[in-house]
Amino acid sequence: MDQRHERSEMQQAKERWEEERLRPALDRVERAAMPSDLSQQRLYTPLDDAGRDYPGDLGFPGDYPYTRGIYPSMYQGRLWTMRQYAGFGSPEETHERFAYLLGQGQGGLLVAFDLPTQLGFDSDDPRAKGEVGVVGVAVDSLADMETIFGGLPLEQASPSLTMNSAATVALAMYVAVAEQEGVPAARINGTTQNDILKEFIARGTYIFPPRPSMRLTVDLIEYCTAHLPRWNVMNICGYHVREAGSTLVQEVAFALANAITYIEACLERGLEIDAFAPRLAFNFNATCNLFQEAAKYRAARRLWARLLRERFGAQEPASWMWRAGAGSAGSTLTAQQPENNIVRVALQALAGILGGVQSFHTAAYDEALALPSEHSALLALRTQQVLAHESGAAEVIDPLGGSYYVESLTDQIETEVNRYIARIEAEGGMLKAIDEGRAQTEIAQSAYAYQQQIETQERTVVGVNRFEDDDDPAIELHRPRPEVVEAQIAKLQSLRRERDNAAVRGALAALEGEARGDGNLMYPILEAVRAYATIGEICAVLRDVFGEYRAASF
Amino acid sequence: MAAVRTTPIRVLVAKPGLDGHDRGAKVLAHAMRDAGMEVIYTGLRQTPATIVDIAVEEDVDVVCVSVLSGAHNMLFAEIMEGLRARAAGDIPVLGGGVIPDQDIALLKQMGVREVFTPGASLTAITGYIRDLVSA
Repeated sequence: MDQRHERSEMQQAKERWEEERLRPALDRVERAAMPSDLSQQRLYTPLDDAGRDYPGDLGFPGDYPYTRGIYPSMYQGRLWTMRQYAGFGSPEETHERFAYLLGQGQGGLLVAFDLPTQLGFDSDDPRAKGEVGVVGVAVDSLADMETIFGGLPLEQASPSLTMNSAATVALAMYVAVAEQEGVPAARINGTTQNDILKEFIARGTYIFPPRPSMRLTVDLIEYCTAHLPRWNVMNICGYHVREAGSTLVQEVAFALANAITYIEACLERGLEIDAFAPRLAFNFNATCNLFQEAAKYRAARRLWARLLRERFGAQEPASWMWRAGAGSAGSTLTAQQPENNIVRVALQALAGILGGVQSFHTAAYDEALALPSEHSALLALRTQQVLAHESGAAEVIDPLGGSYYVESLTDQIETEVNRYIARIEAEGGMLKAIDEGRAQTEIAQSAYAYQQQIETQERTVVGVNRFEDDDDPAIELHRPRPEVVEAQIAKLQSLRRERDNAAVRGALAALEGEARGDGNLMYPILEAVRAYATIGEICAVLRDVFGEYRAASF
Repeated sequence: MAAVRTTPIRVLVAKPGLDGHDRGAKVLAHAMRDAGMEVIYTGLRQTPATIVDIAVEEDVDVVCVSVLSGAHNMLFAEIMEGLRARAAGDIPVLGGGVIPDQDIALLKQMGVREVFTPGASLTAITGYIRDLVSA
């Protein structure tokens, strides 16, 4: 009774303030609001805390529903992992870089593959022309993986293989090298991105149609639960959904809707939820909208915990924990006035830290223009170090917890994401949304609306549509280096001559047979990889059996 | 007075090469439709030969090619050559994407009419196309 009385007094006081104090001030001068993905009030007060239950909705760090963080000590124990620009080039150069990083005690090795490798084309395929070794390293066969990882202390390594449609092939190659190096399977550590559904709705590096793609995804997970207990089977990406132009709510909703689709497919395969859920991790975006982004990570933790425990009945706390990395939103970085990106990246990293993520990747300020220089790559790392050691943001766990504003945003994001997911499911789920092009269209519409806001100057992008100046710096690109391409193709062609081609044919025939049946394809892929079949040959067999996906035009 | 065109401008928006970045291409296609143009979007990963085929078969007024992978010099050269080989060298080709200045000069030497880089406004692009077609 008392509380209700207090509340209505507060409500009246707020209304009085709005009428007598705020309105006259705004009548004198009122600035146009920045466009927002979430509806916001001008001011948040204790009125907005009504109905929130501290133990049930927030709890303590390390406790369900993990809104305040997945670990009890968070950054008091260990700081987040500061990810750096990954580098690229030939397998030989990648090896040298990784040897250096391992020598420095950095086990987290990010392996970016070039587009032909990601799409299952060999380096001498006509479709690979002009793209070999450009956005990452070219890996045609086990021989290249041996060059990259051979002779390194792999028990200390945790490579992240950024592969999706052909993730099984990349994992098979890594497993084969680790075996050669004498690492017991139980100690092989690392990550495959293996998030194929976001390729259909956002990133575009799909090969096969959605259903056979899902089969390969689950094959990888099933194989890992049986043989590689330390492998992180999947990195579910909201990151690329947002980069494709989605709203904040769509980023979370599509990532979780994809996650639900994977979980259901694994359960259908007969896997136990707690056998694989702890090996799922997330990769999210960070824009400059500090408070909304921080609230997003908090909301995602609570959504995931409730989803896993309440809907999927997971018993293990590890299954309830939303482990996530985040990275600066490349789409917010501008080619105009590139130094402004230093400020943007710092805000984005701060958002991630205030939101309690486990790792953050800061982009170099000149990434929109050029191969990051040593200087800009170092500055990206220093940005995180300043935040870690000078800002004070790491000194208190979940420093924004209890903010009227941020808690309200957290609730609002949870509600809106749940509503979005419910609609996707009512309409038949993600696979149907992909088949019918609805998910793609919804994201494209958000991208268009965002661009319209920039066109009409409703949204300000400093240096692009406001506060411009004329001296735009020159763009420089990663270019194919002919000597790298030639060397890669020469290695590939001599491999095809020197390997036991009868064994390759046998392994590929066995793969084809299994692909036409319903067995787990990780095993025949591993055999084909061990026989030095190339990624192009393996994927050609699967293309033949499964067909290739063609996106519906619009 | 020039004859006023009564049929909508037909534009082909094309994504050659392997890169999957089509946010820009889709946003542009949407803007051109809003501006009353008929737009055909090829979808991802088309070969230059397919793009040329579609341009000729669909009898488009303009071809807009978006490349963000860095493979633009090769891809544009093949498209320009292909159009000329099909006696369609008069269809204007525009480029968009992350393209360095020295390459823009090179693309223009090949016959690409204009190249739009990140930050270009949709109104500027649709306006350019309208002027180009009515000229």
